Amino acid sequence: MSEHVATYDSASESELNYLTNGWSWKSWLLTTDHKRIAILYLISITIFFLLGGAFAGAIRLELLTPQGDLLEAQTYNKMFTMHGVIMIFFFLIPSVPATLGNFLIPIMVGAKDLAFPKINLLSWYLYIAGGVLGLFAAVSGGVDTGWTFYTPYSSTYSNTAVIATAMGAFVAGFSSILTGLNFIVTIHKMRAPGLTWSRLPLFVWAHYATSLIQLLGTPVVAITLVLMMLERAFHIGFFDPALGGDPVLFQHLFWFYSHPAVYIMILPGMGVISEVVTCFSRKSVFGYPFVAGSSLAIAILSFFVWGHHMFVAGQSTYASLVFSLLSFAVAVPSAVKVFNWMATMYKGSVSWETPMLYAMGFIGLFTIGGVTGVMCATMGIDLHIHDTYFIVAHFHYVMVGGMVMAFLAGVHFWWPKMTGKMYNDTWGRIAAGLVFIGFNLTFFPQFILGWLGMPRRYHAYPEEFQSLHVLSTAGASVLGVGYLIPMVYLVYSVFKGPKVTEPSPFGAKGLEWTIPCPPPTENFFAPPVVKEPVYAYAEAHEENTLV
Amino acid sequence: MQTELHAENHIASTKMYVTVFLALIVGTVLTYQVWKINLGLLSVMISLGIAVCKATLVIRYFMHVKWSHILSKMALAGAVLFLAIMLVLMSMDYVSRGWQPPSMPWDHHQVLNN
Amino acid sequence: MSDHAVALDSHDEKHVAHQFFSAQQQYESGNLGMWLFLATEVMFFGGMFATYTIYRIWYPDAFRIASSATNVFLGAVNTVVLIVSSLTMALAVQSAQLGKQKRLVAMIVLTMIFGSIFLGVKAVEYTHKWQEGHVPGPYFHWDQAEGGREVQILFCLYFAMTGMHAVHMIVGLGIMAWLLVTAMKGRYGPKYYNPVEISGLYWHFVDIVWIFLFPLLYLIER
Repeated sequence: MSEHVATYDSASESELNYLTNGWSWKSWLLTTDHKRIAILYLISITIFFLLGGAFAGAIRLELLTPQGDLLEAQTYNKMFTMHGVIMIFFFLIPSVPATLGNFLIPIMVGAKDLAFPKINLLSWYLYIAGGVLGLFAAVSGGVDTGWTFYTPYSSTYSNTAVIATAMGAFVAGFSSILTGLNFIVTIHKMRAPGLTWSRLPLFVWAHYATSLIQLLGTPVVAITLVLMMLERAFHIGFFDPALGGDPVLFQHLFWFYSHPAVYIMILPGMGVISEVVTCFSRKSVFGYPFVAGSSLAIAILSFFVWGHHMFVAGQSTYASLVFSLLSFAVAVPSAVKVFNWMATMYKGSVSWETPMLYAMGFIGLFTIGGVTGVMCATMGIDLHIHDTYFIVAHFHYVMVGGMVMAFLAGVHFWWPKMTGKMYNDTWGRIAAGLVFIGFNLTFFPQFILGWLGMPRRYHAYPEEFQSLHVLSTAGASVLGVGYLIPMVYLVYSVFKGPKVTEPSPFGAKGLEWTIPCPPPTENFFAPPVVKEPVYAYAEAHEENTLV
Repeated sequence: MQTELHAENHIASTKMYVTVFLALIVGTVLTYQVWKINLGLLSVMISLGIAVCKATLVIRYFMHVKWSHILSKMALAGAVLFLAIMLVLMSMDYVSRGWQPPSMPWDHHQVLNN
Repeated sequence: MSDHAVALDSHDEKHVAHQFFSAQQQYESGNLGMWLFLATEVMFFGGMFATYTIYRIWYPDAFRIASSATNVFLGAVNTVVLIVSSLTMALAVQSAQLGKQKRLVAMIVLTMIFGSIFLGVKAVEYTHKWQEGHVPGPYFHWDQAEGGREVQILFCLYFAMTGMHAVHMIVGLGIMAWLLVTAMKGRYGPKYYNPVEISGLYWHFVDIVWIFLFPLLYLIER
C-alpha cells in the first residue's frame, strides 16, 4: 500500500502510469490495482472466448452436411455443451463487468480503487480456478448435459465430467458475486463529492443493476449446482423421481438464477451503449432518469419471469400463463432504453467512429433479439418453437448480437484510455462491418430453420434444411474473421500504435476522460470534485457553434 | 475531514445483551413446549412465528441493525423480499399443477363436432 | 475533502486502507460489504429452504414419520449452545468498542469453544444417523413399516441443510481463529473494531440459520 502512496506523492514519478508502474510478474499477478486486474480479466476472457469460439466452429462445420460425418452424436453433444458453458460462465458473465466495469467504475465515481481491492484480486483467482476446473473437465472427457445441467440426466445418467464442470461454474459464480459486491459498495460509499446519483454515468447505473442480480441470483444457482453434485456423487436424491423428487424443481431453482443471468450478460452492455451513443451524438442522453431507472426495473423484473423456460417441462399451465404475462412486462424497460438511444441521436451531431458502428449494430440486433424474445415468451408460439433453432437464434441475437457487440464497442471506446494507444480506425470500421454481416448471415437463417422445425442439439438433420445450414456456416466463418481482425490491430496498436496525448481522444465527457491515458496508479492526482451534470455535451456543443 | 469514527456508532450495554439472550432462551424453550403439546398445523405456525421473533431479536440487537445505516436494513429486506418472490412464484406452479381447465361453452361444441 | 493535503494526511492514519478517505468511510464500506454478503447467503440457504418447503407440502406424512428419527434433545441443546455463542460474540464486539482488551480475547475464545461444542454435538448426531442407516444413498434403510420412498428425501435435506450449516460454522471458526490472533496483538480498539463487528455479523447470521433449521428439521409435528 505504501508504495502507491509514494508514487501518488512524488511529482518526479508523475509520468508513471498504471502500466509502467512495475514490470515484474508479481506486480501483475499480485496486484490490487483495479486497472491491472481488469487487464488480467481482459486477457483471460479473450482466451476463453477463442476456446468457446473453437467449439462453435466445430459445431458449424458438423452442421454443413445433413449426415453426422464430422462428429459423432456424443462428441457433438460435448461440443455444444462446452461451447455453452465456456461462453456463458467464463466469457459473457464476466465480459463487460469484470473488464470494463473493473477498470472504469472506480474512475467514474472518482475513487482511487474499488472498496475491496484484495477481494477484487481474489475474484480473479476464483475465476481462473473455475476456468481451470472447466478446462480440466473438457480434457478429461468433456461434458454432454448442455450448459443447463438438467437433472436427472446430469445427476444420474450422464457418463461425462459433470461434477468438474459444475464445480467450475460454481467457483466462477463466487467470482461474479464478489465483483458485484465490490461494485455496489464502491458505488454507494466511494463517490466523489458532487457526484450525486443523478450525475452518475449510465454505465455505472447499469453495473449497479447488474450487481444486484449477481448478489441475489448467483447464490441460488450455486446451491442448486451443489445439490445436483451431491445427488450425483453420493447417489442420493433431491430431484430424483425414483424417490418422489421433482426434476422440474431443479429447473425452477436453476432458472431463478439463469434467467436473471441473461440480464447480467446484457445490462452492462446497455451501459456501454449509453456512453457510446451520447459521446458520438454529442448530446446528453434523452430521458436520463428513465434510462437509469429502466436498468433497475430490468434487474428486478428479471426475477419474475424464469418460468417461461418451462412451458413444456411439466409446469402448471396457470403458472405458465402468469410467467408469460410477466415476461412481456420485462420488454417494456428494454424498449425504453432502445427508444431513448434513438431519441438521443435525433438531431445530434452523429459521427461514425468504430465504437459507434458497434453500438448501432447492438441496437439493431438487440431489438431483433428482444422482440423475438417476446415471441418465445408467448405460450402458444413457444409450443411450436420450443427447443428449436428459433430459440438458438433468439438468444444469440441477444448474447452475441447484443453483448459481444457492446463489449467490442466498449473495448474500442475505452481502448485509448486503457492502453494509451490509438488503433487504426479504418480497420476498426471494416471489422465492425464484417462482424455485423457475418453475424446476421450466421443467425438469421437459424430463425427460419427453427420456424420450419429444425430442433436444436442435433448433429444430423433432414436434407431440406441443408441450404440454410450452409448459409449459417458460411456466415460463421465471416463472423470468425470479423472477430480475429480486431485482435490483430488492437494488439498491434499496443506496440506500434500512435500515442494518445489528450485525456479525451473522442471528446467524451465523464471523470474517466479527465485523467491521462493511461491513468496513473491512483487514478486522480487530486481527489476530483464533480461540478457539472452528467453528459454535459450540449454546453460544449453550443460553445462550438457560437464560435 | 472525518478521520475518527462517528459517535453514532452505538455501543450497547451488557445488560441489554443479556436480556436479549434470555429472551432467545425463553423462545427456544417455548418452541420445544409447543412441539410437545402437538397442535398439528398450528404448532408449525407457532414455532415458525417464534423463530421469526428470535431472528428479529438477533438481527436488531446482536447485529446492531436497530442503530445501523439504512443500507444494512435494505440489504436484509432485499434478500428477504427476493426469497419471498422465489417461494411465491415457485409455489404458484406447485399449487396449480393439478388444476383442470374450466369447461367452456365451446368445449362442448367441439365434442359434438367430433 | 476539497483540500488535497488533508486528504493525503488521512493515509497516515493507521488501519485506513489507501483507497479510503476516512476511517468512517472504511467502516461503512466494510459493514455494507458484509451485509450484502449476508444477503447472498440468505439466497444461498434460501434455495434449500425452497426445496424443503415444496417437498414438505407434497409429502407431509413422509416428513412427519421421518422426523421421528431426529434427536430433538440434541437439537435443542445445540440451539442453546449456539445462542450462547452469539451472546459471547456480541459481547466481544462490545469489548472491542470499549477497548477492553482482555475481555475481547476471552469472549472470542468462549465463542470458539461454544462453536466447537456445537460441531461436536453435530458429529454425535451424524454418527447415530450413520449407525441407524439413515444416511441417504445406496445404504439407506428404513425399518419402520410406515413411510414410503419419500422418507429419504427428508434425510437428504437434513444432511444437506445441516451439513451446509456446519460448513459455515467451520468457516466461522476459522475467522474466529484469525480474529483471536489479531486481537491478541492488540489490533482492535474503540478506533478500529470493524473486523470484529463484521465477523460477528457473519457469526450471528449462521446462528439465525440454525434458529430456522431447528423447528423445520426436528420439530415436525408428531
